[in-house]
Amino acid sequence: MDFITALTIFVLAVFAGFEVITKVPPILHTPLMSGANAISGITIVGAILAAGTKYTTLSMTLGFLAVVFATINVVGGFAVTHRMLQMFQGRGRERGKD
Amino acid sequence: MSETLTQALVNLAYVIAASLFILGLKGLSHPRTAVRGNLLGAAGMLLAVVVTLLDRHIIGFELILAGFVIGAAIGATLAVRIQMTAMPQLVALFNGFGGAASAVVAGAALIDPTLQPSGGITLQFSVATVLSGLIGAVTFWGSLVAFGKLQGLITEKPVLLPGRHVLNLALLLGSLALGALLVGAPQEFWLYWTVVAAASLLGVLLVIPIGGADMPVVISLLNSYSGLAAAATGFVLSNNALIISGSLVGAAGLILTNLMCKAMNRSLPNVLFGGVGAVVATAQEQEDIYAGKVKATSPEEVAMLLEGARRVVFVPGYGMAVAQAQYATRDLYQLLEAKGVEVEFAIHPVAGRMPGHMNVLLAEVDIPYDKLKGLEESNSLFPQTDVVIVVGANDVVNPVARDVNDPSNPIAGMPILEVDKAKTVVVIKRSLSPGFAGIPNPLFAADNTLMLFADAKKALTDIVAALKES
Repeated sequence: MDFITALTIFVLAVFAGFEVITKVPPILHTPLMSGANAISGITIVGAILAAGTKYTTLSMTLGFLAVVFATINVVGGFAVTHRMLQMFQGRGRERGKD
Repeated sequence: MSETLTQALVNLAYVIAASLFILGLKGLSHPRTAVRGNLLGAAGMLLAVVVTLLDRHIIGFELILAGFVIGAAIGATLAVRIQMTAMPQLVALFNGFGGAASAVVAGAALIDPTLQPSGGITLQFSVATVLSGLIGAVTFWGSLVAFGKLQGLITEKPVLLPGRHVLNLALLLGSLALGALLVGAPQEFWLYWTVVAAASLLGVLLVIPIGGADMPVVISLLNSYSGLAAAATGFVLSNNALIISGSLVGAAGLILTNLMCKAMNRSLPNVLFGGVGAVVATAQEQEDIYAGKVKATSPEEVAMLLEGARRVVFVPGYGMAVAQAQYATRDLYQLLEAKGVEVEFAIHPVAGRMPGHMNVLLAEVDIPYDKLKGLEESNSLFPQTDVVIVVGANDVVNPVARDVNDPSNPIAGMPILEVDKAKTVVVIKRSLSPGFAGIPNPLFAADNTLMLFADAKKALTDIVAALKES
């Protein structure tokens, strides 16, 4: 992939991000942060490759570290976001009943 | 299957994963669809991980699995155990790990040719590597300092080192210069770690002068950085999934940063470099405003006031989180609702320590989300409100903000919740001590304000008890 293609994708994704995220209401800003945070853990993809190709001991070690960091970010981020969002949804349902 | 076909399928899977992230974030535009949105995002991540595991360059899975197990155990434990009041520091911590992972991956890519472009190291690869290391390290260390401040491990007050602007600039230029050297000689991979070291110090120094109440801005900004670090790593690995997801997160963080700055009427540079909160009003200044005008009240008196009220608005602030008073707030809310009183919550965008902090605490105690109102809607209704109860908020209700012509006023022009327009304001607060901005609050001395000097949780519980007796 050449640089211009990569840059095009980057710029378009920034615009898509602005469009989608501007619509998130203030009451959900904390889950937005932690959810977006979990998505930034996508770097786990690179971490997996670095840990799995076992090129040198150093690259392996770095890969392993990166897998640990990124997994904390991904698992923790999605889990805590889920926990928060359920609280918001739970309230909505209770209100529906009464 | 031929290798090009496999690669095409892998890339297709990454596009699907990225689309799921976008759909997931879109789901967050309403509380009803938000849970599903988050699950879509998680599904996208799972897909990206699974196809990556199929990469033919991977010759052993034991390290990957060990990393998954350790990381998942730590992440899940933190996510399940954390108290809602401590959410800002947890988000800061997770953020930091994301940044660190990006920096470490870029460092590994510099050594491992299987992660490099097939035709050898390109300019895009080496420049992106430097940026990953720089942004990732700033994110990691900045987030750790933010975590330390929020957790109370280091002082929440701004720590202003002499000559800090010069030092920061020197560190930034220094790490860029080292980065330029690395771009010129990518085989000298140790240079990468000097960039990371300089950026780490920069990350610490950038966040340490920022005070507690400005944390919503800092956390949003660090969130944006963690996205940008992932996007930079995407340029390193020429991976679309990383570029798209990273830029989405970068955009999300920037939007929130901007909203938080607007909600304080301050520029980003002012928040980052202004050192606001370091100066606290003298006793004399406070005496001038408060002397003889402050009226103290009791829980019983507040209960009587509430007895005759038709519309009551709560204004929560960080103090509510500190006192863990959200449950007591809920009890009073439910009692008032049962008595037929119209109750709402007015939430300032920067109340608390991260965007949406108060909403999460109130959601935790089952307050319906349609009762949580933002700045503008709340302000239009304060004149028709009988009683406003301020729980642990200070600067966001300080009428001094309207005084835009005083250059020494740190909150000049900040949009505030105009609680002073309500019939009666009850402020629950331990003492008259100033808020984060370090200035006295004339609201406390206003004719229609009553001060209830007590711990927020105890005060609210006492009001509930008094109201039940009457």
